[in-house]
Amino acid sequence: MTTPTGSEVAEAVAQIAAMHAGREGPLLPILQDVQARFGHIPEASMQPIAEALNIGRAEVHGVVSFYHDFHTEPRGRHVVRVCRSEACQARGGRAVEEGVREALGLDWNETTADGRVTLEPVYCLGLCASGPNATIDDRPAGRLDADRIAGLVAELR
Amino acid sequence: MAGLDGVTRIFVPGDMAARSLGADAVAEAIAAEIGPDIRLTRNGTRGMIFLEPLVEMERDGIRHAYGPVEPHEVASLLADPESHPKALGPVDEIDWMRLQTRLTFARCGVIDPLDFAEYEAHGGLKGLRNALASGRQAILDEVTASGLRGRGGAGFPTGIKWTTVARAEAPWKYIVANADEGDSGTFADRIVMEGDPFTLIEGMAIAGLATGATQGYVYLRSEYPDAIRVMEAAVAIARENGVLGPDILGSGEAFDMEIRVGAGAYVCGEETSLLNSLEGKRGVVRAKPPLPALEGFMGRPTVVNNVVSLATVPCILAEGGKTYAAHGIGKSLGTIPLQIAGNVRFGGLFEIAFGMTLGEIVDKIGGGTASGRPVRAVQVGGPLGAYFPRALFDTPFGYEDFSSKSGLIGHAGIVVFDDSVDMGEMARFAMEFCAIESCGKCTPCRIGAVRGVETIDRIRAGDAAAKELLTDLCDTMTAGSLCALGGFTPYPVMSALRHFPEDFQPASQREAAE
Repeated sequence: MTTPTGSEVAEAVAQIAAMHAGREGPLLPILQDVQARFGHIPEASMQPIAEALNIGRAEVHGVVSFYHDFHTEPRGRHVVRVCRSEACQARGGRAVEEGVREALGLDWNETTADGRVTLEPVYCLGLCASGPNATIDDRPAGRLDADRIAGLVAELR
Repeated sequence: MAGLDGVTRIFVPGDMAARSLGADAVAEAIAAEIGPDIRLTRNGTRGMIFLEPLVEMERDGIRHAYGPVEPHEVASLLADPESHPKALGPVDEIDWMRLQTRLTFARCGVIDPLDFAEYEAHGGLKGLRNALASGRQAILDEVTASGLRGRGGAGFPTGIKWTTVARAEAPWKYIVANADEGDSGTFADRIVMEGDPFTLIEGMAIAGLATGATQGYVYLRSEYPDAIRVMEAAVAIARENGVLGPDILGSGEAFDMEIRVGAGAYVCGEETSLLNSLEGKRGVVRAKPPLPALEGFMGRPTVVNNVVSLATVPCILAEGGKTYAAHGIGKSLGTIPLQIAGNVRFGGLFEIAFGMTLGEIVDKIGGGTASGRPVRAVQVGGPLGAYFPRALFDTPFGYEDFSSKSGLIGHAGIVVFDDSVDMGEMARFAMEFCAIESCGKCTPCRIGAVRGVETIDRIRAGDAAAKELLTDLCDTMTAGSLCALGGFTPYPVMSALRHFPEDFQPASQREAAE
């Protein structure tokens, strides 16, 4: 994805903010829509969002930086999220964590150089009776071991 | 096809756990084989995650179960279901189903989650109709009489919370469903939202009638994309059918609601940071008082209840508070959806009256570990819950029973570990998780968790004197944190240190002991 220009971003923010006009506490839904549109929250979107909601730019920045889901830089074409929580650890999750990091050559929250995959930790997917678990984009995968997760990420293009 | 003679309906769960185990491929393979006279339904899960994907075939009104079914087995299953090796018999006669008391989850896995007529045919709306007929005070009386307490973990009596909001004077009030189910080992909220979403909507509408609130929000974590899709669709269908809107079922009473998606912050499961997040702010904890019941969302009176608490309300209004309170022990009345998880042979959701011992749950229902090795530790109540050794397996499942053993039931997640677990490592992870997820408001949580990781590392490197320092640090976190994240992280840490001190010895000594 090419970097959107400031005016493209401002125009998109205006449309999105209009869609949420009248809602109570609309900042999170607006940020989620901006991220869905651009794949991340562009720096250039923060001032227009702040103006649309009549709040400070610092407040928008504070919210974006608080939540794990919001990203200010583009991520990979695919996002692999591997559960690191206790229930998955009890079923061999540490081996899956190591397997996926080795298969991708990435540490947590890193993206492959070709922009193919971003690897993220997640703390519970609610699939705790059949772990270790991961999601590949929106697709859940359970009962993983190091080989299976390596196979699944190798298929991503 | 002779094998399917008399089969009128086939069910393959669309539940996220079933999908993670291949249910979509199974459903596609079945859809490609069957004719138009058989209805294929993507139901919720029955809770038997160890059998997923669990296929059910309905014949003469009886649902026969098969599982776990793999996609390549579909052809042989459809050709000859009765003698298939994966045949389990009628689903209601499987021990796991027979031994339960399913009140909150009565319809879950039974109906098509988004079929409103089927919801009503299976007892849906009965509670709401009773509520509309009986009026505000009678609803509050029923919920109070039921003994229902917050199923999110705090265990606060729901009737008292609702009465506080009902008595508060304000132009607007709110009902907020806490669906930020971030605790590892818990999935009851997810399962009910995916499998029986109208129950939550009905419960929220009843809460609105009882308190005078006219607007509801479900704060739903982003890690649950399937639940988000189902709940959004269900809200639209409920609105079309007059359950939500300006005139609930023709009563003249108004209540409407909206789904709001979280943004990946564990701390937003705490009710005050949830409210800040819902308002569009950083999910930082608020000091109490003021209670959210008086100054909650947008500073107005707000009921914040867990999904399971709200989803239990329709059944209480349908069958009566006293009937519900007849289940359970002491001050823990009614049923609790146990979520049996981790290294366990039979894992899933099991709804039963309070009072079963932890040992019965783990050994009898859960069947011991999946690995076949001995059970060493069980963490009850999520990442902030204590680790229980076998010596405490006689503890009955109840709020007070667990707090008397320096633990908590939390959202009733039970994570089983076998004897390969390193409890020093689990204690370290509890501190590490707290450091990652701390909202940063309280110093004991924000900095204490980081120091906690370092101190556990020192102990495990051979500095035995650091144990006293860790104990002191945990005392400070417990006493000096505003919410359960900093305040309860000492539960897993100190229980691990108390019950499994050998795991805190330096690696060289641990190896020598083995």
